[in-house]
Amino acid sequence: MRIKRPYDISSSEITSERLYWNRRQFIGTAGAVAGAALLPGLAPWPPLHVRGEGEPRGEDDKPNSYEDITTYNNYYEFGPDKRDPSRLSGRFRPRPWSIVVEGEVKKPRTFDIDDILQRYPAEERIYRLRCVEGWSMVIPWNGFPLSKLLDDVEPTSQAKFVAFTTVYRPSEMPGQNTSILPWPYVEGLRLDEAMHPLTILVTGLYGKPLPNQDGAPIRLVVPWKYGFKGIKSIVTIRLTRTQPPTTWSLAAPNEYGFYANVNPTVDHPRWSQKRERRLGEFFRRPTLMFNGYAEQVASLYAGMDLRVNF
Amino acid sequence: MIVVAALVPLALIVRDAFTDRLGANPIEAITHRTGDWAIRLLLATLAVSPLRRLTGWNGIIRYRRTLGLLAFSYICLHFLIYLVIDQGFPIQGFALQYVIEDIAKRPYITVGFTAFLLLIPLAWTSTKGWIRRLGKKWKALHQLIYVAAALGVLHYLWLVKGDRPTPVYYALVLVALLALRALPQSRGAPRAGDRPPSPLPERALDPS
Repeated sequence: MRIKRPYDISSSEITSERLYWNRRQFIGTAGAVAGAALLPGLAPWPPLHVRGEGEPRGEDDKPNSYEDITTYNNYYEFGPDKRDPSRLSGRFRPRPWSIVVEGEVKKPRTFDIDDILQRYPAEERIYRLRCVEGWSMVIPWNGFPLSKLLDDVEPTSQAKFVAFTTVYRPSEMPGQNTSILPWPYVEGLRLDEAMHPLTILVTGLYGKPLPNQDGAPIRLVVPWKYGFKGIKSIVTIRLTRTQPPTTWSLAAPNEYGFYANVNPTVDHPRWSQKRERRLGEFFRRPTLMFNGYAEQVASLYAGMDLRVNF
Repeated sequence: MIVVAALVPLALIVRDAFTDRLGANPIEAITHRTGDWAIRLLLATLAVSPLRRLTGWNGIIRYRRTLGLLAFSYICLHFLIYLVIDQGFPIQGFALQYVIEDIAKRPYITVGFTAFLLLIPLAWTSTKGWIRRLGKKWKALHQLIYVAAALGVLHYLWLVKGDRPTPVYYALVLVALLALRALPQSRGAPRAGDRPPSPLPERALDPS
């Protein structure tokens, strides 16, 4: 797999990030010298997505039904029960919609959602989704790598993290009238995690526009992390120098960390993470390290104690 | 009558199971629904004595044991669903190790399982024969229901994510039911001195 090469060189996050920026400088220089025609050949990383990369393989990972994916949701803005989002999201309006991209970027910009759909054609990504509660699904998302959007706004050399915010609309999102969580929902990634080719912004599933209960019109999906990292109905993306706050770790810091990588060896204080119930299956199955994406992402965390950085 | 009414939720669960109305995670759904009814029936059992005191309706006491045993039945069902269907014991032999680990390491499961264990002797000694045999000790023994109910509510409180209101409501109901017992005896209700010396006529799970 091509993406492994840069990681093989670097063992710490800092080095890999520096390498990443060096790469950009290199491309910039090369581009200036050799002209735009050479660029595609010189930009192997992050690679253009190869359809099927990171996809679950075999009979083991059949996609769940559209019905399951759209009626069993954790989206507390619409209520805490799994069926609340499908029942109570009817009033939510995913259009018109714009996303502000700001902070440590050279070209801050406000995107209209329809711009995004045109500018970044959606590809299908069939990913496993593992919830911190111990269940999982396989979902055929439609989306594009977050790195494409970030490349376009040109993060500055100061940018180290990416912070995301969900829309705050209590009139359309009944759960936001309760104090079950602090609103609006916020999430964050380290920049190298955000730039990873498996990290995508999702605008649809099963080839249809993303339903309200799944995070319309645009959400984040980071398949090697627990589902709550996949912030929904995003309105701002802010590049930052310091680690941004994240909602669940604000609510219960001893239970939910910033990283939230799927890890069967680190239990949640209140439940085991060793096994999971794949929806539609009778018996629990073993949970895989990094949700089965270890080959692609383990190097991001080389040298880190994942018990501390849970 | 009460037995029939209390079995309706179970009938609805069975109906939903056969008509595919349990949603995308049916095992979770039946676990939660039997757990909900277990705690409701447990609180209903604890409501009998205060209701008798407040309304002066002494006849209500005869439903106390029935409610307690129904609560215990739902708790058994809840536990068996967790053990056999959710965790896969004994079909998946290694599941026992996960169950033991759950009980030992997950506080919400530790307290829930403890509540279940505490209720076993109460259900066992709920018959007339045992009430007679144990005499005064019966009442002391059956005060364990307070501990079990508190652990049951804690089980729910510690299970949920975020500040979900439902288990808090159950906690408030429990506190209210216990507080009512601390109130001085009101008119119309039987005073301590009026009570028959033996708990026999009460023949129920709940001691006060």
